[in-house]
Amino acid sequence: MPVFNQSRKNVVRLILVGMFLIIVVRLFTLQVVTSKYKILAEDQGIFRKVIYPDRGIVFDRNQKPILQNTTIYDLMVVPGKIKGSDTALLCKILNIDSAEFHKRIITAIIKNRSYRPSVFEALLSEEKMAMINENMYRFAPGYYLQERPIRDYPYDAGGNILGYLSEVDSNFLKQHEGEGYLIGDYAGKTGIERTYERVLMGQRGIEYWKRDNKNRLTARLEGGIYDTAAIAGQNMFTSLDIDLQALGEKLMQNKLGSIVAVDPRTGGILCMVSSPTYKPSFLTGSDRKRHISQLLLDPSLPLLNRSVSATYSPGSTFKTLQALIGLHEGVITTETRFSCGGAFYGCGKPMRCLDIGTFDLRHAITVSDNTYFANVMQRVINNPIYPNVDSSLRVWDKYMYAFGLGHRLGVDVPSEKKGNIPTPATYDKVFGKGHWNFCSFRSVSIGQGEVDVTPIQVANEMAYIANKGWYHIPHIVDSIEGGDKFHLLDKFKERINTIDIPDSIFEAVHDGMQGVVDRGTGMGAKVPGIAICGKTGTVENYYRGVKQPNHAFFCGFAPRENPKIAIMCVVENSGRFGGTYAAPIVGFMLEKYLKDSITDKKRLERLEYYSNLNLMPPRILAMMKTQDSLMHRRDTAYLLAKGYIKILRDSIGIENEDPTEIIDNLKEEKKPVKPVPPEPAKDSATSQQQAILPESRKRVAIHDSIPRN
Amino acid sequence: MNQPVNTTIAKGKDWILIWLYVILVVFGLICIFSVEFKTDDDVLKSLFEFKKNYSKQLIFFGLSIVLAIFILLMDSKFFTATPNLLYIFGVILMLATFAIGKNVNGSHSWIPLGFMNLQPVELCKIFTALALAKYLSRSETDFSKPKSQLIAAGICFLPAVFSILQNETGLALVYFSFLIPMYREGLPPGYLIAGASLGVLLVVTLLFPASSLIIAMSILAGLIIYFSRRKIKRDKGWLMLIVGLWLLAVSFVGFVVPFMFRHVFQKYQADRIFSLVGRDNPFVSDSTANLNPATDPSKKSKKLENYNVKQSKIAIGSGGVLGKGFLKGTQTQGDFVPEQHTDFIFTSVGENFGFAGSVFLMLLYFGMMLRMVTIAERQRSTFSRVYAYSVVGIIFFHVAINICMTIGLAPVIGITLPLMSYGGSSLLTFTILIFILIKLDSDRQMVLR
Repeated sequence: MPVFNQSRKNVVRLILVGMFLIIVVRLFTLQVVTSKYKILAEDQGIFRKVIYPDRGIVFDRNQKPILQNTTIYDLMVVPGKIKGSDTALLCKILNIDSAEFHKRIITAIIKNRSYRPSVFEALLSEEKMAMINENMYRFAPGYYLQERPIRDYPYDAGGNILGYLSEVDSNFLKQHEGEGYLIGDYAGKTGIERTYERVLMGQRGIEYWKRDNKNRLTARLEGGIYDTAAIAGQNMFTSLDIDLQALGEKLMQNKLGSIVAVDPRTGGILCMVSSPTYKPSFLTGSDRKRHISQLLLDPSLPLLNRSVSATYSPGSTFKTLQALIGLHEGVITTETRFSCGGAFYGCGKPMRCLDIGTFDLRHAITVSDNTYFANVMQRVINNPIYPNVDSSLRVWDKYMYAFGLGHRLGVDVPSEKKGNIPTPATYDKVFGKGHWNFCSFRSVSIGQGEVDVTPIQVANEMAYIANKGWYHIPHIVDSIEGGDKFHLLDKFKERINTIDIPDSIFEAVHDGMQGVVDRGTGMGAKVPGIAICGKTGTVENYYRGVKQPNHAFFCGFAPRENPKIAIMCVVENSGRFGGTYAAPIVGFMLEKYLKDSITDKKRLERLEYYSNLNLMPPRILAMMKTQDSLMHRRDTAYLLAKGYIKILRDSIGIENEDPTEIIDNLKEEKKPVKPVPPEPAKDSATSQQQAILPESRKRVAIHDSIPRN
Repeated sequence: MNQPVNTTIAKGKDWILIWLYVILVVFGLICIFSVEFKTDDDVLKSLFEFKKNYSKQLIFFGLSIVLAIFILLMDSKFFTATPNLLYIFGVILMLATFAIGKNVNGSHSWIPLGFMNLQPVELCKIFTALALAKYLSRSETDFSKPKSQLIAAGICFLPAVFSILQNETGLALVYFSFLIPMYREGLPPGYLIAGASLGVLLVVTLLFPASSLIIAMSILAGLIIYFSRRKIKRDKGWLMLIVGLWLLAVSFVGFVVPFMFRHVFQKYQADRIFSLVGRDNPFVSDSTANLNPATDPSKKSKKLENYNVKQSKIAIGSGGVLGKGFLKGTQTQGDFVPEQHTDFIFTSVGENFGFAGSVFLMLLYFGMMLRMVTIAERQRSTFSRVYAYSVVGIIFFHVAINICMTIGLAPVIGITLPLMSYGGSSLLTFTILIFILIKLDSDRQMVLR
């Protein structure tokens, strides 16, 4: 038979070859054509471990580090290995009971399974860390300490400027897609940590690790040849004077308000005090969460950076600008005189003035005469060369924008408010088109009413006056080590000079301002041996329609020739006059900066006196009291805080800011006739300028103001 | 035969086959090593402690060499004289398994021997091959007679039936490989064709709902009848044939397959088979269910890929053209593929050595089989030839099903990759199978009965 079936060997061969071909073709599609399995394999077999570089260090103008890095420890646990550890001792050290211990272990197992490490207690305090480290042999190998770099503040000052880091949220991740942020990463939330996040964060490194079927990292992939090294963040040099900052914070303790000082020659911010403030170290380390909710709950809003985010009516400090406009428009000369007979009668209902007499411009600034500047503005608005009040107010607005008011300056501290300069559109809305004239807003002439400014704008306007017609955008960061790769500092190099006003006009205003300190309302700011130009302001304000104690303002620059510092100070609801509290504070600041230290014993005593002065408005104190009892009643304070956070976000300024928007604004404002963006009338019609929650702002009628100074 | 080696034992041996054998076993050892090796292992130490699989497999390899030399030294008449006894011994062993057997992974087919577990159904392959060869080479057997065909089939499938009863369906399937020698010896091709069509019908039944298949087949039958109506007028038998085939197919789709999935297969096996074609198991083993298992057409077939197969495909697919390199496979090193050292050993080849390595391995296997066909055809005795074809068939089934299972072309049934998979039973069985063939081949000038 075998011969008969001989040919069948070929059928068998055919079957073999056929099967071979089927397998090879399938292998070809699987291994060569499809890429899906390679991706799947990488997903499960390879772990990209992100290596976080050190964040950049921030120095002050004297090369002192004011923001640097230090290391803190997390206690890690591998639940599968804790048998034999001294649990009782651990609980004692960490001050937890066994129920809490079990809860944490179970959470760890749920989160990361029992053979992978989880955080048992994050950010150990120093003494706990020391105790655990001492007894480590009792806990190993189930527990170990893991380093974690955190921010460190050698001077523990300037919390509002430096800002803090916090875990990124989903919103942040959406906006910064493709920049390598992952859930659980930390990023600058406020302050320059936020503005310069890209510079400070550095470049992350990536290590490729092999991973096994239980998600454990086993070894470096190929010995690490694909890894990229982390590049540390760039260091930054700021214009801050940290000692001046610390002094400012000391002077402002137990007061609400702000001090901003700018170097007029560069626009560099020398100090930016917002009070109340917080110790920046408060928001790092083990109790961070508790501290944040505590700060968020505080009715005095310590997290709010008042220097850029609070708006106030400028009060009499505004008069210097009115003088500049009046002189440059030619409606007055330095010799023009107006007399105050007890009130300004230009608009029927009298507006009171307290310095009875007849004044020229210099003298009017020195004594802060209301009638004088009401007349000046009346002349500007009713200037016959302009066809109507509408166009003349536009001209006035143009000046104000050139002085840096009514728009965001573009400061490198986040959450800057733009303040408000009333425009024709504002009054069209309030009174109807054609139904208003100078008398409708006469209190604007003395810096009340619809004018809103931020402290940084006032400081900048002083720099403008000191420089006689130009300014740099105020900024914290002067230079970045290794170069400004993202061109964040370019705009600060530009000298902004929109309107050419002759020096002689500035000289006249300087004369008046020097008079304020030498013999006028701001004598409290006097520093022996230094020619200081200044201006006081006493600002009326209302909270929910109820008149509150006045805000004290003082702004100025020094020395008069070659000014080195332009400064402003506001003390909220201090009562009395601008000269009473704000002027002496500025005096100490000027002395400290210009003379490097305050040596005179008497002066030091005065300094201590002002530092210890408690000027907290009774309204805030009352709120604090309710808050405290609230906290006592509920131990779920944290939940409470969560509810608060939403409301507070707006006021504390956790908002978006697009720097290009600010630059665009500036460009627009340089056009001669500028269509002023209409301001919501509701806001501009308020005259209370306190840092309170937006929804509590109520429209308050325009008042005839009687502040002197 | 023309080898320069001049010792007596080497004389007339087919060295190509021997070398292929050695290369495959060593390749297997390398792969088992790559599966188990971890970067910080002390290789030498674990090699001599014999705790690791690769070191154990090395012992099995040594044992295999001893056994191979022993076989080569035996008189080849032993193999022609004893098949019946051996076969009976094998059957007794299988029966004994029911009594003293041990459960491993749900299959009751192992006999513990202390140092290793023996799977009689593996061993029985050798005995069955010899018994089949013996039966077909008898001068009184006329294989063209259905009675002889039936007896031969009985010899082949008796161990398979035992194996199914021991819950080891996978290895039972291997006994279908004896169809190849039987075909070579004159089994009418109709059997193979019928078997193949049944296979196709089975796959189609798995892929599509029964109701639509029955409609499609009815339409097909109607069309054939319509177009061949002239032929039908002449020959009524043609019509009967078509109708008969149609009835058979419909009953297969409608009753046989559902019955098998409900009552013959274990649920997990049915699930695996369906997971392979990417469908939910429509035959939920509920005896009260409607006999006509029309699946709900609105129910989207869900891709339920078996975890093993998925990981296996990932490992092989991520290998690319040239592979990741020895000991560099992330999937192999990360223990992602379950049972990688035994049934899924091919995944480590696919990942570490890529498409090139996989094709090379396939060339080794199929080269070996083709070489065996050549050897078979040069035998003068029917016994040797049938035996050689049996070995080809067994290796072919093992390789084809094992590889297809790892690349997702066949359901996961526990079948080892010959010579490469970790396991003493498997390695020793294939060693004996191959070296008996080599021994028979070297004595091909002798007249064997």
